This record gives sequence, structure tokens and C-alpha cells, in this order.
Amino acid sequence: MTETIFEVSQEGRRAFVAPATDVPERPLEELIPRALLRDEPARLPEVAEPEIVRHYNRLSKRNFDLDTGFYPLGSCTMKHNPKLHERVAALPGNARLHPLQHPARAQGALELMWRLQGALGEIAGLPHVSLQPSAGSHGELAGVLLTRAYHEDRGQTRHKVLTPDTAHGTNPATVTMAGYELVKLASNADGGIDLDDLRAKADEDVACLMLTNPNTLGLFDPNIEEIARIVHGVGATLYYDGANLNAIVGVCRPGDMGFDIVHFNLHKTFTQPHGGGGPGAGPIAVSERIEPYLPRPQVVRRAADNGGEPAFDLDHDRPKSIGRLRGFQGNYGVFVRSYAYIRSLGAEGLREMSEVAVLNANYLLARLREKGVAEYLPVAYDRLCMHEFVLSGAPMKRELKVRTLDLAKRLLDHGVHPPTVYFPLLVDEALLVEPTETETKETLDAFADAIAEILREAREDPTVAQTAPHTTPVRRLDEAAAAKRPVIRQPM
Amino acid sequence: MSTYTSLTGADRAAMLEAIGVGSVEALFDVIPEGVRLGRALDLPPGAAEQEVFAELRRLAARNVSADDEISFLGGGMYDHYVPALVDSIVQRSEFLTPYTPYQPEISQGGLQVMFEYQTAMSELTGLPVSNASVYEGPSAVAAAGYMAKLHNSRRRFVVSEGVHPHSRETLATTAAGWDVEIVEVALSGGATDAAALAEAIDEDTSAVFLQQPNFVGAVEDLAALSARAREAGAVVVCSCDPIALGILRPPGECGVDVAVGEGQPLGNRLDFGGPSFGFFCAGEAFLRKMPGRIAGETVDVDGRRGFVLTLQTREQHIRRERATSNICTAQALNALAGVIYLSWLGRRGLVELGELLARRTAYAREALAAVPGVSLRHERPVVREFAITLDAPVAGVVERCAAEGVNPGLALDGDGLLVAITEQRSRTDVDRLVDVLGRAVAAERDEQTGEAGRSRPAGGRTVVSGARAGRPQGDFSA
Amino acid sequence: MADESYPDDLLYHPEHDWARIEGDVATFGITWYAQDQLGEVVFCEPPEVGRAVAKDEPYTEVESVKAVSDVIAPLSGEIVEVNAALTDRPEAVNADPYGDGWLVKVRLTDPGERDGLLDAEGYRASLG
Repeated sequence: MTETIFEVSQEGRRAFVAPATDVPERPLEELIPRALLRDEPARLPEVAEPEIVRHYNRLSKRNFDLDTGFYPLGSCTMKHNPKLHERVAALPGNARLHPLQHPARAQGALELMWRLQGALGEIAGLPHVSLQPSAGSHGELAGVLLTRAYHEDRGQTRHKVLTPDTAHGTNPATVTMAGYELVKLASNADGGIDLDDLRAKADEDVACLMLTNPNTLGLFDPNIEEIARIVHGVGATLYYDGANLNAIVGVCRPGDMGFDIVHFNLHKTFTQPHGGGGPGAGPIAVSERIEPYLPRPQVVRRAADNGGEPAFDLDHDRPKSIGRLRGFQGNYGVFVRSYAYIRSLGAEGLREMSEVAVLNANYLLARLREKGVAEYLPVAYDRLCMHEFVLSGAPMKRELKVRTLDLAKRLLDHGVHPPTVYFPLLVDEALLVEPTETETKETLDAFADAIAEILREAREDPTVAQTAPHTTPVRRLDEAAAAKRPVIRQPM
Repeated sequence: MSTYTSLTGADRAAMLEAIGVGSVEALFDVIPEGVRLGRALDLPPGAAEQEVFAELRRLAARNVSADDEISFLGGGMYDHYVPALVDSIVQRSEFLTPYTPYQPEISQGGLQVMFEYQTAMSELTGLPVSNASVYEGPSAVAAAGYMAKLHNSRRRFVVSEGVHPHSRETLATTAAGWDVEIVEVALSGGATDAAALAEAIDEDTSAVFLQQPNFVGAVEDLAALSARAREAGAVVVCSCDPIALGILRPPGECGVDVAVGEGQPLGNRLDFGGPSFGFFCAGEAFLRKMPGRIAGETVDVDGRRGFVLTLQTREQHIRRERATSNICTAQALNALAGVIYLSWLGRRGLVELGELLARRTAYAREALAAVPGVSLRHERPVVREFAITLDAPVAGVVERCAAEGVNPGLALDGDGLLVAITEQRSRTDVDRLVDVLGRAVAAERDEQTGEAGRSRPAGGRTVVSGARAGRPQGDFSA
Repeated sequence: MADESYPDDLLYHPEHDWARIEGDVATFGITWYAQDQLGEVVFCEPPEVGRAVAKDEPYTEVESVKAVSDVIAPLSGEIVEVNAALTDRPEAVNADPYGDGWLVKVRLTDPGERDGLLDAEGYRASLG
């Protein structure tokens, strides 16, 4: 049943009981002029608690989720969300703390943020961290705005930002939002940056190069030191999109590769639950020369005046700061969870996290290169991958008339979430697979078996996949109709 | 030692053999020697769950939360009562752990929630189009500015000083590369100066930004303020308090084109400022220019009703550098809490809540205005928040109140206080505020005129030295 | 959807656009190949009458569910008429790309540019 909460509503029902009015019950019109008041209440549902609970519980059962099954969505790092994190986030000292509480009475929160900053800085190999941005793309915007401030402070006006053609869509979108012109860089036959193209396009009108390493193909670009030299040689900044950080924690660090600015996706590598589309957080780490421009306020630790305990504070006094990118201090509830994660894993555990992520991806890739699969879904780049890899469904489409989309839909019938489809754009009929480190070998084997089974079935009868899914709460939906004549709210 | 992986020695051996390498290290051979870390991360070792919990609890215990004091803090986030059913629903794995619904057939729960949320916010704001959430309030204001600029390509923003300082600063920061001029218009008697606003708007004005109620709690006459903007063809943007919209005339009925705001008051925790959600609603003309995810209704091949992400060609994953915004991850779980909360309040409940707030706030304002040394900053109608001026240093007053377990509100420049009332602040609480504040003001005034030496406030928590206790927050002038 | 075809009475631009020239006015649209690549067209808002278009430059966009495509002008001129029916029936671009799916009519400013376009056979060959 797919009634909306508005359709479940019946006039006269209610859940809320207002507290007793303990002040004079003056008519509203006495307090606020009639003309500024609503004529009619907003047409919200009228439901009692049992209906609300039943409605949303039923809806929840129409969702596939990570706690239930395998979710190898490339570029998203769908790793297990430890349950401890919900417990610590719910501690009243965290959950019930007002953002404008005086810093002297929020020392626990500020210390947590300061320690998280330090840990992220160590992981990135860059000393200065701001936790303010709300998501990865927000961190990207921060990074490009920091770049702008950096150049302007040197009396320079630059107009262009470079990104590879494999870049995640948020990168070029951010470039435009920050007021720059996008210039695309070609990839070479190995999937890395084409150095000749970079040399041709890197000039003093380039403000920044935005990269991720490993890139969206799951490949580490071994030329990163040369890339950094070229970019720094023209005075531009080098920006690291941290979406793929899960591959390299404790192994190498973006700061050591030459990056000036790094953003983290706390909802990826640091396992903030994805929530069906957020919340997340996108903190940034920057080098010394970028530090003056960091958003305000910054969480700082100050030595005590009188030899007592050092104390934590919000520093607003930052004359070169780019300013604020949002209200208050950032998504603190996310910081609590990520901090608990880093403390749980520790230095060794974090490195193991990345090693197993890369091991799991390579193992799954090895299974998928077996006969019966590799002919139809060849890996796009014939080498060891990092934490994710890209297959191409082009032979499958040609020979079996089954597209990557159809394969994904048929996987739904097998009780797994499909990998990312049709990204990166560089690979035809792309399938981007990221298992993460929290999956067992058995789960990986079962996935490889499912793919083999779907291909076997497709060789016999492609229509099953072409019309999949068959066993889900709804089947393929008419997205064209939804776009042509959008219905985006309940009519009343 | 990572506790969340399952790799046994036997697993590792079998996997390495299948891959065809001798060791896990070999998988990283591609990384050049010159960039390898070559040492352990300089971080503490991992700890058992109970140890991590103990540390987090110790840290949390050093925060004075709304459970620990009677708090009148507002300024964009408010201590409303969040019913237990919100927690029980948003903690369900099926809502907490999935990703953005790119495969709609197995995401009907999340997509329908978005559709319901979009409907609820559209109702509250009186505007037909809503997205499925953005990050929070101030960045929603900036996103509205971006949309206006893309819409009319003009180069001037006119912003009322009644807009929250965080929103104004976020707009300015985000707009750094847009080549727009930002002009601020002062308040007069607590409300946006209509004449000054009209004066500032010209034919190159892209958008006009207002807030309802404004930062000092005053209810603005949006219809009057938006008229001049509409004449000039500027986009009217209003940042709104969603709870106050329960009783105030919706912005869509007042000539506002884009209504945005901070969603925290709707069923979300304080969480020291986030995560929460921002809402973003607009007129029909902006349907294809909206930022963010939008869920739409459709049918499947068997004719069943279903929901999908729609109008995706606006977004970064398709339109890339020509997208309407760079937003990818939003605040879906927080928006879910919002729509559950609005369903719990319901049509009547939201109105009753608003009436209660308005009455208690009127009571509090009257009572405080009568306190010696306290004067109102304005006498405009208010819903749930208002600004007062003290004739004593506000920093010291706040410390004295804190020592008695009362947080009197947000310190403002010019020895001001922004006092917020929620349904959790009873009349008794308000009376206590009046008492404690009155004595604190008197004591601070006496100390100013009296003998030297700051006496330590009796009882209460020790103020930590070095945190410059007593210095007001950095960016609040009103 | 229409069957694949490339009518002989039209001229073609390599970026998958066609022109039907009648005197000094030409009608533009996208080819069967272009609409097939895009999938079902869900949105197409033609530009305003009076706007100038330049050969080889984009003058409007066509959207499907999962893609946006620039539409390239095969010839230069000034728009004198637009197909307003596409606002309500964008799928006409798929069903009848050379007929009801036309996009704009343009008064040509440089008719000689037609020599730079392909004929039906040349365009078909270019598709490989």
C-alpha cells in the first residue's frame, strides 16, 4: 500500500498534546496584526501516533539498506556503520548542546572537534583543518574559494580550474559556482592524467587543479609527483577530492603527494551513516600557505593564562578568512561519530581498513575476471586496482543485448544493491564496483556468483534482465513521465 | 586493531592466491616510494568499544547542555521538544543506512518520504515547489542567491540586516566568485527600513533577501517589503522560521519567490549546530532551476504508483559544470525527522504550538521590560524571540546567570541579549529568568560603579580560564 | 519511436543536426541518431524568436531523463519561428524528428554556408 501520510490523514485526529497554557491566553490578533497572520492552517496531516509509526515503519520496509545487504556502490564507500556511534551521538551532552552555548561551557565539544581536526590533519598530511563544510561538494567549494582568496591576496586574478574528464560531477559544478571557467584534462591510456595535455593547459591563468587519487577509475596515478610539480610550477593550487581516501589511509597521504587542500567525506571513509541521502560532512585540510584563508570560526586550543588547563575556543579573529560557508560550527553530530571511529580503529586499524578495502576490491575483481564473466564485463583497465574498479558492459550489450542498466536491475532481484552505473563517463556502459573492507569473503563470492548467474541467464533469455527487477516492491518506473509532467507534491 | 573487518588468515591467503600476488603490500606497489608514509600514523592506538564510549562520555560531560540549565538560547536553533517516535523511526536501519535513492525500485521508502516532506514544506511556505532538502539555513540562503543570479544574470544583491548574520556572511562568502555587489539595508525600530530597501533596489538587482521573523525576532511586513522588489524584477528571497510559519502568513502569499530556512526546529536535535536540514521552496517558474534532489510521483510498468528522483538534468551528476548547484549529499535523514515531526504536530498542533509560543513570548517580553536596567530593542510583534538591551556589561551578566543555572540568551553587541522561548520554557522558567537576570544586571551595575575586583559568582560551574569566559561570541551585532 | 532514416531532401551537420532549406528560411532539428542517443526527450524549450544563431554554435538544449544535449546550429541566421508545441509534447522529437519534432525556423544570413554541410549519404557514412 502506498498511501502518503496525507492520504492516511483523517480530520480530527491528532498526536500532539500541547503543554498547558500557563500564561494569559491573549488572542493572537492582539499580539500580531491580523494581516501578518495566516488565514488558514497549513494543511498538514491529522494522524495519531499509531498511524504515524505504522506508516513510516511500512515505508522503511520498502527500502533496501546497508545493514541488510551488500552495497558495492562505487565512489560511495558503503562500509558498515558501527552502532556505538549512534549511542555516543545521542549522549545528552552532545545531542542537547546548543551551538551558541558559550565556549567555556562547551569544552567537551570543542575538544572533540580539535582532536578530530588533529587526526584528520595527520591522515591527510596537512597541518590545518576546518570542520565547517557540510558535505564533500561543500568542501570542494571551500577549497576553490580558498584558492581564489590565496591568489587574490597575491594580487593575481586567475580564471581557470582544471579537472580530469574522469572527475565526479561535483567537481565541475563547484568550479562554476566558485566563478571559474572549467578546463578539462584528458586521461591517458592507463587511466591517469595525460601529462602532455596537462603541460599544454597549465598556465598562469590556471588557479587550481582538482584531482582525486586514486581516481574515479579506482587507479592510483603514479605520476602524481610530476603533476604536483607542473601545477605548482605555474603557481596554481592542487586540490584533492577525498572521495577515494578509503584506499590509502596510513599508506600514503595527499599532503605528501603535494596537495595543498584536501576534503574528506566523513560519510564515506569515516562511516557517518548515509541516511538515504545525508547528512554527511566535508571537512578540509590545508597547507601552511592556505591556512590564513580558512573559514571562520576555527576551533583552537589556547594555553591557559595562569598555568592551568589549556582551553578550547572558537576563533573568529581571522582577518584573511574567506568567511563562513554555513551557520554555526558544522555537522557536529557527524564529528562525534567519526571521532569515535578514529579512536576505535587507531593508527593500526585505520591502515588495516585501507589494506582490506584494497584487498577486497582486488579479490572481487579477480573473481569477476573468471570465465563466463570477463568476456561480457571486462575490466576497463587491465591492472591491479585500488579500493574500487570499473567494468565495461559494452560487450554484454553487444552480444547479449543486456545493458549495464539491465544487469543492475536484475541484481536487485538477487538481494544486493547494484554497483554505480554509467559513471565514470570515460568508460562505455560503466559499472563501478567498491566492496569496502567490512564485507566477508563469502559476500564477495556470492556477488561474483550472482553476476555469473545473471550472465548465464542472459545468454539463454535476455528478456529476464531487460525487464528486471521482478521481485522488488515496484518494478521499473516511468522516469520520463516524471520528468515531463513533474508531480512533486501531493495535490490537495 | 580494526574491529569491523572479518578477514581471517585463511581468507587472506585464499584471496591473495586468487589475485595472484604474494602479499597485501604488493597491492600498493603502484604508489611511488617518494610519497609513501613509511611509518605508522601518529595517532593513538585503537581502543575497545567500552573505552571509546567512556572517553566520549567524559567529553560530553564537560558540555552544559539544555538538560543542564534553563536555556533561552535561540538565534536560529531552538530547544523544542522532539517526541520519542521521531527517534524510533529515524534510527531504523532502513532509513539510517542506505545511500541516495539512485535505484528507485528498492528505495520507495526514502523517495516517498521525500515526496511527503516536499509537500509539507510547500504547505508551510505557501510555494508550490520544494526540493528534498539542502544542508541548513544560511547555505540555503546562499543557494537561493545562486539560483537568482542564474535566473536573471543581474549583479546586485540587496540584503536586510534582519537576515541572520550567519546567513549574510555565508551569502557573501559563497558569492565571492559571482561578481555581484552586496548591499545591506539597516533595520529601523526592529524591522527592515522599507524606504531604505526601496531606495537600494534598482534595475540591476538580482535578488532581495529578507528574514521572517527577523534576527531580532520581529515579524516583518513581507508583502509591503517585496512589492518594490517585484516591480524591479528582482527575485524575493525570504529565510523563514518554520515553526513561526505555523501562525504567520506564508511567504508565498506575501510576494516571496523563494522561501528557505533552517529546519532544525522541526524534529531535529541541537547537536551543537548540526546536522540539521535546510528547506528550499519556490514558485513554479523556478522548477527547473532549483538546486538539490527532487522526488516525483510516477507509475511502474505494472501501473503501480511509485516515486523517483526527477528533473535530474538540473544536477551535477548530469549537467556537471552547468548544474544548478554542486550539491550531492543533502540531509535526507534530518528531513525525515522533519516530516515525522510535522505529522506529529499536525494541522491543529502546529497552530497551537505557535499560539503558545507567541503568548509565552509576549509574557516574557513584558516581564523583562519591567526589570530595572533592561529595555526592549524594539516593540515590533514577535513570535518566539526578542532582543533586549542591558545597562550593564552583558558578558558579566551572562556569567552570573550561568552560575545560577540559567542561560539568559545570546549576547549581542551593545550589551544586548536575544531571548528565545520554546514550549519547553514554562512560565515558572520565565519567572526564574526574570529574577536571575534582574539580580545579575543589578550586581554587574553595582560592580561597575562599586569597588574594584571581580567577586567569584557563588556556586555553579567553574569558569575555565583561558577560554576568555565572558567574551561574547564573535559575530553577533544587532 | 521512429525508424532510422536520413531523408535525402535535407542537409546535415556532423553534430547530428539537420536543415531543410526553403528559399532564405531554413528549418532545423536533430537527427534520428541524436534522438536515439538521448533516449526519450522529456524537455525542450526552444529559444525566443529574434535571437541570432551561429553556425557550429549551440542555440538550445534537449533533455532526456539522464542526459542534456546541446543542439548545434547547422547554419547562421535569425530565429523567425519556434516549435512551441514541444513544450507540451517533447516526445515529438523522438517520434518524428524531421517533421513534428522540428525545433526552429531561421532566416539565413549566409546561405553559402550550406556548402559546408553533408548530404544524407555523407552524414550516414559519418556515423560509421
